[in-house]
Amino acid sequence: MPIPPAILTLLLGMGLVLSGLWVGQNVSLLPLDASSNAPVYDELFKVLFSIGTILFIGIIGLIVYSLVRFRRRPSDLSDGVAIEGNLPLEILWTAIPAIVVLFVGIYSYDIYERMGGMTPLNDHSLHAAHADASDSRTWAGISPAMAESDDGMAAVPVDVTAMQFAFIFHYPDAGITSGELHVPLGQPVALTLKANDVIHAFWVPQFRLKQDVIPGQPTLLSFTPTRTGRFPIVCAELCGPYHGGMRSTVIVEEPETFADWVAKNSPAAPASAPTAVTS
Amino acid sequence: MTISLTPETAPAHGPSLQPQGWLRYLSFSTDHKVIGLQYLVCGFLFYLIGGALAGAIRTELLTPISDFLPRQTYNEVLTLHGTVMIFLWIVPVVNGGFGNYLIPFYVGARDMAFPRLNAVAFWLIPPAGLLLISSYFIASAPESGWTAYPPLSLTTPATGQIIWILSVLLLGGSSIFGGINFIATILKLRRPGLKLMQLPMYCWAMLGTSILVVLSTPVLAGTLVLLSFDIIAHTGFFNPALGGNAVVYQHLFWFYSHPAVYIMVLPAFGLVSEILPVHARKPLFGYTTMVYSIMGIVFLGLIVWAHHMFTSGTPPWMRLFFTIATSFIAVPTGIKFFNWLATLWGGRIALNSAMLFSCAFIINFVFGGITGVALAQVPFDIHVHDTYFVVAHFHYIVYGGTVFVIFASIYHWYPKVTGRMLNEPLGRLHWLLTFVGFNLCFAPQHWLGLNGMPRRVAEYDPQFQLINQFSSVGALLMAISTLPFLINVVMSAFNGEPAGDNPWRALTPEWLTSSPPPVENWKGEPPLVHEPYGYGIKPGDISLTDTSGRDLWRLGAGSDSRS
Repeated sequence: MPIPPAILTLLLGMGLVLSGLWVGQNVSLLPLDASSNAPVYDELFKVLFSIGTILFIGIIGLIVYSLVRFRRRPSDLSDGVAIEGNLPLEILWTAIPAIVVLFVGIYSYDIYERMGGMTPLNDHSLHAAHADASDSRTWAGISPAMAESDDGMAAVPVDVTAMQFAFIFHYPDAGITSGELHVPLGQPVALTLKANDVIHAFWVPQFRLKQDVIPGQPTLLSFTPTRTGRFPIVCAELCGPYHGGMRSTVIVEEPETFADWVAKNSPAAPASAPTAVTS
Repeated sequence: MTISLTPETAPAHGPSLQPQGWLRYLSFSTDHKVIGLQYLVCGFLFYLIGGALAGAIRTELLTPISDFLPRQTYNEVLTLHGTVMIFLWIVPVVNGGFGNYLIPFYVGARDMAFPRLNAVAFWLIPPAGLLLISSYFIASAPESGWTAYPPLSLTTPATGQIIWILSVLLLGGSSIFGGINFIATILKLRRPGLKLMQLPMYCWAMLGTSILVVLSTPVLAGTLVLLSFDIIAHTGFFNPALGGNAVVYQHLFWFYSHPAVYIMVLPAFGLVSEILPVHARKPLFGYTTMVYSIMGIVFLGLIVWAHHMFTSGTPPWMRLFFTIATSFIAVPTGIKFFNWLATLWGGRIALNSAMLFSCAFIINFVFGGITGVALAQVPFDIHVHDTYFVVAHFHYIVYGGTVFVIFASIYHWYPKVTGRMLNEPLGRLHWLLTFVGFNLCFAPQHWLGLNGMPRRVAEYDPQFQLINQFSSVGALLMAISTLPFLINVVMSAFNGEPAGDNPWRALTPEWLTSSPPPVENWKGEPPLVHEPYGYGIKPGDISLTDTSGRDLWRLGAGSDSRS
């Protein structure tokens, strides 16, 4: 007696789901993770990749099977069976995607909250300390909430100016201006991004963070680096002929090395009072 | 498509009403079939130009340094590539081209509702296209991308940008004229006795598309007029230096340009819904849900635009809303894909070029849809926004989706237009080269985007060189794949096997007349087609031509599990 098709279909479906989950868990398409929200991002990526794999392999399988199994032999002029629809089936394949999509939406909302994205715009307490006095509004960027780490460590403030075709980093506390971004390992960093001319975007692939830098809208962006090393800063918004060359480097260092770098590069007068910011 | 059409249309008795000779045929005319072909031929010429521009981009990206084109020229090339492909190839061809040719047949009319407006709509396109291309030779071409974000578009050379705005305004006008015409034709010119829910699916797709065109294109037009004021008169609508707001432009721009994606893919959905039932010899599965899902896509398509701005200046609640709305587009779209799969299931599928291109469309579009749902998730999008991941995603939608359907449609309707068949082996070669080339070109770009290559760059991190070279080889294959197609279309117009009036044994009204059709479409009364997809044997009936002993035995045993 042959195995009933329903059981074969069930087994196929189970195999498909399991292999999709396995592929999703073992996929490595992303660059190194070097900030505290990168692992959170990678978790979302794995879930989306699993769902996508199951769907894609399933649909390709169905198409290829149909094309082979139901192909018309030469000189066959007959028709298929006249099935015009099946309402319960239609309801099923409306409901399942709706549930999956809703689940993905809620899950990504949760991920976004863990990345600190849902902080209300008017919460100025986080960055009141170093908000530029000349500008009354600072916009919350993608991830503005991590200005303080769990153990209450204060964020390192850095003013970032984007212009055609460079990023300039200014440390208001130490009075340092640099072409590369130096940050201490494990300590939150709060960037205030400003653009001088056209829209740029500040992107560090290893941090999984990107924020457009829009003229007239200073924007706050925070992250906590979790891995030492040199990572590229890439401009991701078309900003003119040298857009492709508008790159810089973020250097994540041990806190002591960072302190040395600050000490070595600070202007001669030690900053007992806040230095005047000229930007 | 250019030549053709003459030998068969010259009947023995008296002069033909159809214009004679290809030059006259493609000159001024108000015949919807002629205008449809004019759109197709004109669109295809611009496709070749846009393809050449893409070739220049892929050549530049063979090496990580900027060495093939000057940097400024590279930005001009990528701007023109985007604008040409969207506004001069895909939108005019899937809407104006196939829409004009097919819609009057489908509603049982002898022409469109406003034939002269129709001709005006087409004749806006060649001057607008030539104007756009000429900007490169007049001053310099626009170089701020097809999105023309200010302040960049305010600071790049003004002449090119203004010419770009004029050209897009003309093309938008053409699109609006076409949209109004389609709505009027579908709603008002139906043959008496033909109900809306009996129309072929392409009519519904074009109705939905035209609603989107009419609602959203004027917003783009208004925005571009304001942008031109900013450029010429130094007003400050979008210029932050003058107190304007650059993000407002993005909202207005994407209010058109996201629906534009549906303006490009909904007609393709409609065309595939016509092609699959004919070649699978089965009715279209789930007609009613297909109609509702088109209208659902139209509605949702209007309220998702800000997902293009997740890294821009948008507040968190807006990001959340647009994530959910965007994700939910997957539901009506998914219904359509499941319905197509169910249409194929249990059919008698002819594996010809039209079917192969249609199935490749399903595969490509599902892939692009999956990356689309991922991109709708704010945290995911933050990393890959404005990278090659997005480039890959939208090429899977507009090329893997719509352009594959354009080719499928040409293989399907060529016999109707010319009365001759296309060469099948050449068609399959074209399909194979296009499918392999396309996937080789764009699939690796997902990885590039995930790993740190932004879009619209002439130079990049050397670690990405090998993958970029794979991609460029794919682009070369795509360019080569055009040759068998062109040869096929031109040769078959003269020497193709005569097709007869209805080589596919199709039931939709355009096949119920001669091939090529006469002026005013039918001699005598237009046919009244209540069941455009009435293929197939009713379950329970047994077709004698088809039945083998095994089938009879299985029917008798009542254990047919795949009904």
